[in-house]
Amino acid sequence: MNSATRIEQPESAAAAPDLTLDVERIRNDFPILKQTVHGKPLAYLDNAASAQKPQAVIDAISEAASTCYANIHRGVHRLSELSTSAHEAAREKARAFLNAASAKEIVFVRNATEGINLVASSFGGHVLHKDDEILITHMEHHSNIVPWQLLCEKTGARLVVAPVTDEGELDMLAFGDRITSRTRMIAVNHVSNALGTINPVKRIIGLAHAQAIPVLLDGAQAAPHMAIDVQDLDCDFYVFSGHKVFGPCVGVLYGKKDHLEAMPPYMGGGDMILSVSFEKTLFNDIPYKFEAGTPDILGAIGLGAALDYVQSIGLDRIAAREQDLLRYATETLSAIPGLKIVGTAAEKAAVVSFVIDGIHPHDIGTILDREGVAVRTGHHCTQPLMDRFNVPATARASMAFYNTHDEIGRLASAIQKTIRMFA
Amino acid sequence: MNELSELYQEVILDHTRAPRNFFEMGDATGSAAGHNPLCGDRVTVYLHLENGRVKNVSFQGSGCAISTASASLMTEAVKGKTLDEANRLFNAFHDMVTGQADPLLESGEPEFEKLAALAGVREFPMRVKCATLAWHTLKAALEDKSEPVSTE
Repeated sequence: MNSATRIEQPESAAAAPDLTLDVERIRNDFPILKQTVHGKPLAYLDNAASAQKPQAVIDAISEAASTCYANIHRGVHRLSELSTSAHEAAREKARAFLNAASAKEIVFVRNATEGINLVASSFGGHVLHKDDEILITHMEHHSNIVPWQLLCEKTGARLVVAPVTDEGELDMLAFGDRITSRTRMIAVNHVSNALGTINPVKRIIGLAHAQAIPVLLDGAQAAPHMAIDVQDLDCDFYVFSGHKVFGPCVGVLYGKKDHLEAMPPYMGGGDMILSVSFEKTLFNDIPYKFEAGTPDILGAIGLGAALDYVQSIGLDRIAAREQDLLRYATETLSAIPGLKIVGTAAEKAAVVSFVIDGIHPHDIGTILDREGVAVRTGHHCTQPLMDRFNVPATARASMAFYNTHDEIGRLASAIQKTIRMFA
Repeated sequence: MNELSELYQEVILDHTRAPRNFFEMGDATGSAAGHNPLCGDRVTVYLHLENGRVKNVSFQGSGCAISTASASLMTEAVKGKTLDEANRLFNAFHDMVTGQADPLLESGEPEFEKLAALAGVREFPMRVKCATLAWHTLKAALEDKSEPVSTE
């Protein structure tokens, strides 16, 4: 673990020294990274599935549970007041993280998946009719496919899919062609979880808004890696998952105020109402209208701490660091004979999906695990994309800022060992 | 032998590289398809039953080393067996890989001993389904189920 004990400086940062990152200090913030797995130091390269938690997040949850926990928005007692204010402070942190205009535009949900389902059901159910079209891409996660399919079944709308090139980039010409007079909704991932491709979302939104079509961005894979400004993007909806941003399992849905106000509630229950009688219920204002029932209060507080933590490092610094890791991983893995990287877009997040001639990804995953190297193997909830690339599955190494060149080296050695075993 | 080399022992790697009875059977009297959604493994098992015996058995599909080797070893083990014997093998294999019993190692019968090469999968709980996919599919083919089998 030599490289973990020194400061690694991204090559590109030579002219911008403020982008360096003290990796040793950062790694000390994450207790789990000190674990050994099967007697080997853990090399956690499965961050796209879920990211590890810094001590600051663990402490924030424990501190809130120990000192100020009660239900929110209800009691007049002291703890309820403290808990409500901590919960709403987390909402403000999410607002700042996305640079939304107002905290009213931030809805807490379970995860990005629930955010997409909320929009599909409430907004989609409101605006879509028979023969309308919803445009998505071939590289979507199942969570940005299935909710729209369910909506199509309910409304008679059609799902239209924009193709992906052999490099794993969105075919923008074909994408433009698929925007028709029937298109009523566009839903695209900001970053592909299986390939790492960063999509040209500003261009997509420009094309869509020229036709007055609303756009939802699935930011589950973007939020941990880059600064996001929903006002600059001008997206109509943005979703991300707290657990991928080093926090607990709480999701965030951003929606433009006008949309959220026009949308019917998603779920009914307590907290989302102003008054209830058996004749008529008046719904609460946004965002509470969409937050029926007691939410994950401690989770939201933990998410606030995670967003603070990420911003204390700086998303520019994180992005620079991860681009360096991506470059190193791409070089190192490309040099292994028989290994093929799936997804070679020019703009990528730190995700390297790969296949090896004659070795199933599942076997790769098992052997890597015994070397302490955690990667994801499988279809990554993107079966249509796997079919597109004619593979049943891939192995995927996904890096976070706390990963090191040394860990990527260990990944490469473990892959070499796998190839030797199967030779 | 460590757990990893016990899992990927030579007989497993051999059956993965060169699976036995790997063909689509033209004169099959029954077949079934199996799918492991977790890793995308797919297998189809073909049977030719005659007078209550497995006269011939084959498989096709794509999958990891464990699922391919398991399917290959299975076809060798059940060929020529009566339906009762094939079902007994299914149960014994299932108990072995899920760690509930070690009947194969104690049975002393040659085809059981070969199947015991897969006993190492017990130490890899996430991989047990890879080893059992072909067997579940065989059971479906024996019972002539038309619905695809899923390990989930």
